[in-house]
Amino acid sequence: MKYLCLIYDEEKKIGAMPKSDMDAFMGEYFAFTNGIKQSGHYVAGEALHPVQSATSVRVRNSKVSTTDGPFAETKEQLGGFYLIEAKDLNDAIQVASRIPSARLGTVEVRPVVDFSQQQQRQQA
Amino acid sequence: MSGDARDRIRERVDEVYRSESRRVLATLIRLLGDFDLAEEALHDAFTAAMEQWPREGVPASPRAWLVSTGRFKAIDGMRRRARFDASLGELAERLEAAADAATPDVDGVEDDRLRLIFTCCHPALPPDAQVALTLREVCGLTTEEIGRAFLTGAPTVAQRIVRAKAKIRDARIPYQVPSRADLPDRLDMVLRVIYLVFNEGYSASSGASLTRHDLSAEAIRLGRLLVELLPEPEALGLLALMLLHEARRAARATADGELVLMDEQDRSLWNRDQIAEGSTLVERALSSRRIGPYTLQAAIAALHAEAPSAAQTDWRQIVGLYDVLARADPSPVVELNRAAAVAMRDGPEAGLALIDAILQRGDLQDYQFAHSARADLCRRLGRLDEARTSYARALALARQEPERRFLERRLRELAAHGR
Repeated sequence: MKYLCLIYDEEKKIGAMPKSDMDAFMGEYFAFTNGIKQSGHYVAGEALHPVQSATSVRVRNSKVSTTDGPFAETKEQLGGFYLIEAKDLNDAIQVASRIPSARLGTVEVRPVVDFSQQQQRQQA
Repeated sequence: MSGDARDRIRERVDEVYRSESRRVLATLIRLLGDFDLAEEALHDAFTAAMEQWPREGVPASPRAWLVSTGRFKAIDGMRRRARFDASLGELAERLEAAADAATPDVDGVEDDRLRLIFTCCHPALPPDAQVALTLREVCGLTTEEIGRAFLTGAPTVAQRIVRAKAKIRDARIPYQVPSRADLPDRLDMVLRVIYLVFNEGYSASSGASLTRHDLSAEAIRLGRLLVELLPEPEALGLLALMLLHEARRAARATADGELVLMDEQDRSLWNRDQIAEGSTLVERALSSRRIGPYTLQAAIAALHAEAPSAAQTDWRQIVGLYDVLARADPSPVVELNRAAAVAMRDGPEAGLALIDAILQRGDLQDYQFAHSARADLCRRLGRLDEARTSYARALALARQEPERRFLERRLRELAAHGR
């Protein structure tokens, strides 16, 4: 079963890190990614540019509107994600707890919908 | 068959339902991998028992019969529906194969009950859902009963349970006893749920009645089950604590529902059997040398329970236990209780200084019992104006009728003194 691990960091805190700390932090991410590739959990993962680079797109009455942001009034921003394959939620929590940002921010673990199973259940 | 005989079988089925239905459900959830499917299967199995047992007699092992009948009915139902959807046929086959492999596992039945408890109390579920799900699935209470006990509507409880089950299914919360590494934290969650149920029954957070006995009894039943399945020291400690509190039930209120504080209680009304059982459990928990907050609180409760009167209580040892508890599980409430014990050991002045220090720090400002404890010490010191102010503050915070009446009575007594 697939789980999306959404990584929320405080961009301010990350931005204020001295270079040596930042290098160590990135080193941990590198080791973590290698680790879950070896254990077979890894499906995909990316880091995102800071939220200032975000653009919101909406279509209303067939008209595309593009705005800067969103800049929600929250301390933590979505900074990246891993898509993992895990046996169950306990296994996924185990993996998520080892993401370096879990110590500084929050990792949200969301199960990915499997449409073939979803259909089965609705008819069951 | 005569009507009498049929009635007897019906009674036997009811009896088996009471003693076995939760065990059967726990195993069906494992075999079928789904709470709703398992509940439906449980229902079908008992319906079949009502039909077949009067004809064929009660099977030698009703539990095994119910499990295999329930499983068969669930798989059969899926097969029938598979005519419209081929994928259900595959699921039925998979379940049948898995169930066949699992059937000889009779020893696993107790494990299934533990699996059920740990799944209902999984930290990924919200706390109120953990409580509702545990009472529904492990204790077999109806949503109406749970709603009444917690003073919320049955629809609210039902919705919590439906959402919790959906999360277990969609996020795939496993049906497992946690690994050794996770066990301490996970057990802690289970103990918290049980203690919450107990406290809700022991001292209802609001409403007219001081105790809702059924919930306390249910919590003690859960505590016993947990001790039987997993005799960890803190599980023993929690059961002891609940029994020692419960032992004082008859003395906690007068016949007309007035609150009686511990130092004024008629100790001959305390339940000696529960005290003896609780004290034995405390000793067992203490001898493990892995002593946690529940065991410490139970040890304190045991000292109270064994004392012939408030004055003859071993306050020195109680203060010592609070010192250890304050280190193991620091909280302002523990400090407040320690202060009350110090007041008994060293006199009201010493206790009052400690309580004032807590309040001045800004903690427990909205905690009724901090103000009533302060009021009581002021009263004993003859500082009546301060006592009145603190009783009034406690009264403003009190939500329970018997407690309100108690505080009003104290205020009236002080007014009479003042004249």
